[in-house]
Amino acid sequence: MPAMHVRLGALAAALALSAALSTVASAQKKYDTGASDTAIKIGNIMPYSGPASAYGVIGKTEEAYFRKINAEGGINGRKINFISYDDAYSPPKTVEQARKLVESDEVLLIFNSLGTPPNSAIQKYMNSKKVPQLFVATGATKWNDPKDFPWTMGWQPNYQSESQIYAKYILKNHPDAKIGVLYQNDDYGKDYLKGFKDGLGTKASMIIIEDSYEVSEPTIDSHIVRLKSSGADVFFNITTPKFAAQAIKKNAEIGWKPLHFLNNVSASIGSVIKPAGFENAQDIISSQYFKDPTDPQWKNDPAMKAWNEFLDKYYPEANRADASVMYGFIVSQGLVQVLKACGDDLTRENVMKQAASLKDFEPLGLLPGVKVNTSPTDFAPISQLQLIRFKGEAWERFGDVLSSDVGG
Amino acid sequence: MSAAEEVVAEGHEAVEAVPKRAMTLGTGTSLLVLAALLIVPVFVKNFIIFQMTMLLIYGLAVLALNILTGGSGQFSLGQSAFYAVGAYTSAVLMEHANINYALTIPISAAVCFAFGYLFGKPALRLSGVYLALATFALATAMPQLLKLNFLEHWTGGVQGLVVTKPDAPFGLPMSQDMWLYYFTLVVTVAIYIFSVNLLRSRSGRAFMAIRDNEIAASSMGVNVALYKTLAFGVSAGITGVAGSLGAIAVQFVAPDSYTITLAISLFLGMVVGGVGWLPGSFVGAAFIIFVPNMAESISKGLSGAVFGVLLFLVIYLVPHGARQAAILGQQLAGKLRKN
Repeated sequence: MPAMHVRLGALAAALALSAALSTVASAQKKYDTGASDTAIKIGNIMPYSGPASAYGVIGKTEEAYFRKINAEGGINGRKINFISYDDAYSPPKTVEQARKLVESDEVLLIFNSLGTPPNSAIQKYMNSKKVPQLFVATGATKWNDPKDFPWTMGWQPNYQSESQIYAKYILKNHPDAKIGVLYQNDDYGKDYLKGFKDGLGTKASMIIIEDSYEVSEPTIDSHIVRLKSSGADVFFNITTPKFAAQAIKKNAEIGWKPLHFLNNVSASIGSVIKPAGFENAQDIISSQYFKDPTDPQWKNDPAMKAWNEFLDKYYPEANRADASVMYGFIVSQGLVQVLKACGDDLTRENVMKQAASLKDFEPLGLLPGVKVNTSPTDFAPISQLQLIRFKGEAWERFGDVLSSDVGG
Repeated sequence: MSAAEEVVAEGHEAVEAVPKRAMTLGTGTSLLVLAALLIVPVFVKNFIIFQMTMLLIYGLAVLALNILTGGSGQFSLGQSAFYAVGAYTSAVLMEHANINYALTIPISAAVCFAFGYLFGKPALRLSGVYLALATFALATAMPQLLKLNFLEHWTGGVQGLVVTKPDAPFGLPMSQDMWLYYFTLVVTVAIYIFSVNLLRSRSGRAFMAIRDNEIAASSMGVNVALYKTLAFGVSAGITGVAGSLGAIAVQFVAPDSYTITLAISLFLGMVVGGVGWLPGSFVGAAFIIFVPNMAESISKGLSGAVFGVLLFLVIYLVPHGARQAAILGQQLAGKLRKN
């Protein structure tokens, strides 16, 4: 925490200096709808109900974080008024809620709305209204498209970047591999698969079997059996937590021991590895960009302490094994950083400008070496990941922090 | 016999007493409502206009179900599938074939009519809950069908399709939202009048005869098979129009928009509005649009539970939905007049 204060202090000093040096006109306060001398209105849309309601925790964490910011005096003296609505993960409802936020509540921007279909539904609207759709909570690759959608910006490493990192690793270390891929039959699964194939390039024929499952299937056991019988010795597991745990367990049951790549979506120890059994998950390779709160190696980490203090005081009922809580904690810091950088010029244009000029920003909770970087042509704030291998009861990081920027 | 069937049966008793009132509002009230619908948009924000547009669109979809269930006594939990077909027909034609949005609507109606009619054929062998289950299967299958690989080129697969919102024509000084609202209103009024007349016509009487007693209806010379499939077709066609308008208003179609939840919402809207009472469709639509928002504003974490409680209250207090409320209101007004 003290390190953070020093950095913020330096930043504030830099801002003050630049303000003093610039002309009088730019020192004037400028506001768009949703911002004033006392408050900044931020909109948010989350699936608090419906099929993706597990992610609603992110919205609750953000709400708690902004309460903390307000209790500590707000941002440049302005309180954050965080308005979060439920869209039940249904795109038409997202459109209704986004319009309500923009036209009725008159927010400055919409922050971290969740899900690929819901965000796709409002992207055109937000861009035609010129209202920032900032740090969307989806890993799809298409959000990094500043040319066509200058008002939409992603946040986390996108799926294609991640699977390219695995592809590179395989090409380098296992050039003769026979790869079996299991993916969820939706936008998320297909995005991963595309990145993986692009990463393999001319060697895409290394994939000897592709199998997909539907979210509505109760179990994916039969898919695992099919993959095993294909003779694949590398397994790329593109599944969401419940299915990932099933896959790991089933692999052990039928004695299939391929080199197992597990997507970051399911790298949580608490909700995937532990239920699947530690002994079954040894040597699985995945990647991470933020600290898994259930990972014992971070027990005495300052970021983790700050996180725990924040939760104790503002969100005591949070489930601390849930990676979504950490996610919400980190992305909220991103927004606060942008709003701080805006100073007294709280126009929508300046918000996008500041969001597109983050340099080596390190919010608490990211892995050492992972930094947030944006530019007017790079709307993918986090694009670094580190490969991890499961050993004993924790992930072991290995190799360098890898980056791969893929545009939408 | 399910609760909904009882409602339908009681609706029939009302038909004998005041045939016209049982299905529609009086002329004066209708005109008053229409006038309100025409004038209000001039004074409110675009967001409210958008909500009113959605109200009309969902109202149409509930109306379609009302013709099927309230009219011919058949159940459907598959309306979301017809809605999706209508939405995708419009979206694909507009975005890939550059066809004018207004022209896509009759095309959607025709496509969905055919789809509903064909689906109605085999479904004829089923009745009551079995039919409901067959249509339920259709609703569950639809989102996945839209994701199929060989359709992906047109439907955009899981990513969906973005639809361009039309501007007001002839340089009218109107926002896109307002134009779309009036456009939807015209379509809605036309379909409403068509539906009222349909139910009052020979075909409508045939529907109701089948609803009340299939054997009696066929012994009176009603072609049961034809009219049952026809009801399915008409219902699907109107739902398709609603889907088209919905796609244009929301500017986006994706498989996740048309899940079974939508079908159940429409069913809910019909019950809340009063089965067999056409104006109730719009009250029901208002319920499914606004009550979840109200529930959310009461408690975010328990919005589902609050919605459930509100639904319970409606079902217990006014089991026949908005129609019952309207009749009560009328009686009250009558009493006051006498005094």
